[in-house]
Amino acid sequence: MIELENVGYSYGGGELLSEVSVRLMPGSFHFLTGPSGAGKTTLMKLCYGALLPTHGTVKVFDADMRRLDRDQTALMRRRIGVVHQDCKFLDHLPVADNIALPLTVSGRDKRAESENLAELMRWVGLAGRADALPPELSGGERQRAALARAVIMSPDVVLADEPTGNVDWEMSQRLLHLLVELNKMGKTVLIASHDLALIRAAKSQVQARVLRISNRRLQLAGSDL
Amino acid sequence: MSNGRIRSLLLGDAQADRVVPPSGFTAHLTLFASAAMAFLAVFALALSLAAGRLADRWSDELARSATLRISAPADQKAAQTNAALAVLEQTPGIASARALSDEEQAALLAPWFGADLPLDSLPVPQLIEVIEDDEGYDAEGLRLRLAAEVPGAVLDDHTRWRRPLVEAANSLRRLGVFSILLIGGATAAMITLAANAALAANAQVILVLRLVGARDSYIAQAFVRRFTIRALLGAAAGVAFGMAGVLLLPEASDAGGFLTGLGFQGAGWFAPLLIPILGALVAFAATWFAARRRLEEIS
Ligand SMILES: Nc1ncnc2c1ncn2[C@@H]1O[C@H](COP(=O)(O)OP(=O)(O)O)[C@@H](O)[C@H]1O
Ligand SMILES: [Mg+2]
Repeated sequence: MIELENVGYSYGGGELLSEVSVRLMPGSFHFLTGPSGAGKTTLMKLCYGALLPTHGTVKVFDADMRRLDRDQTALMRRRIGVVHQDCKFLDHLPVADNIALPLTVSGRDKRAESENLAELMRWVGLAGRADALPPELSGGERQRAALARAVIMSPDVVLADEPTGNVDWEMSQRLLHLLVELNKMGKTVLIASHDLALIRAAKSQVQARVLRISNRRLQLAGSDL
Repeated sequence: MSNGRIRSLLLGDAQADRVVPPSGFTAHLTLFASAAMAFLAVFALALSLAAGRLADRWSDELARSATLRISAPADQKAAQTNAALAVLEQTPGIASARALSDEEQAALLAPWFGADLPLDSLPVPQLIEVIEDDEGYDAEGLRLRLAAEVPGAVLDDHTRWRRPLVEAANSLRRLGVFSILLIGGATAAMITLAANAALAANAQVILVLRLVGARDSYIAQAFVRRFTIRALLGAAAGVAFGMAGVLLLPEASDAGGFLTGLGFQGAGWFAPLLIPILGALVAFAATWFAARRRLEEIS
């Protein structure tokens, strides 16, 4: 699905990530952890083509990211659902339209998908908030709306960057549960999180591998969590 | 571009248009600028069409002709007319010369003095219509010869004094066309500025659209469609005001002779209807290029 080979990245100064190699196999569940500022968000961005590696290659669906032109990158993004760390929305459109945005921009008929949309909104518990504007949502509602938008195109891969960032413990459990459900449906899931308690809680629900960034390298974390 | 894409570009779907938030000031700027420009374009168009009519009339109707006027006492008029015709016949460069009949002369004077003018009782000069050939004749030489042989003859060489007028009318027409081009260029510049302002104001929106997999062409279309429609509406309003203004211009009466009305005539009334379409095309192209350039910058 997503394959990083000897990837290095630097924003201009020293290298933030070095010699990162990892493969996300179909149907796998991964956590990406590490202290704040370690480069988790950067690594996620490399995975969906918001950044290109300064070293090595990133392959998504067997295509070298560097070789994709702008249109192909757009098409690739429709196959990857991303929950961004700062959940960017179009603030002038109601929540339902924001969740349906990937359908809109890919030219799919929204009416044909309205059943899906309604079901998805029920699934994330936002059925009653369809007409609210994004600035009116609470932190947890934003995260759930972002998750719904990430999966509306039925992507094979879901990348979630700190999906439980600004929410209380109960809400983070709810969000985790949704992501585990997605994995059970066969989707490949990668969650970046610095929240070790969340990762421990997940381990009881799903077979997850934990990757850790330390000292610019990516390691597989063992039982020391 | 395929048919389907052009269709979707023009009609679009309501949802696609909403992805870009309505932006007050660029919308008003575009509406106002295209209305003002269309208003001016109507007058530039009227000017060049009128100048064209003027140039055509003067150069066609009076092409290569001159008039010889013979003012002589009634008893010598016929003799001098014949003498003048003889001189003209011998002059190189003159294709034909013909004395106007009394009826023709009366018809020429009728607009000024009324139809029932007693020509016989007035000392009206005899007119001879002279048509030159391609080479033309030597007007000064002819004048000297006539002065010697036909004392009552005066050569009135209208092509010579009308030619600069025809030229003036032609430059007026070119000026009108040039103004229309300038107006088109200024419209393109203003819409480019407005489109760039809108693109910059919506950088965040563009980023979100990108992240959910929108292609550049989709994002560009959302802006292009807006600016095209605004330019079309603005220009339509400007043309309506402009044409009302032209209607209010004083009409040139036919008796006014060589002047023509500044307004539109006949099919010319339809010409301004092209202005909103051209304005929309200009807006379309300007926004398209601005958006593509901008989207390529922010990768
Ligand atoms: N656009 C950028 N330009 C320069 N430096 C950046 C940029 N984005 C992030 N960084 C830096 O890269 C480092 C890692 O950031 P990030 O990937 O967001 O870490 P994490 O998500 O693990 O907290 C931080 O030190 C941050 O300051
Ligand atoms: Mg981060």
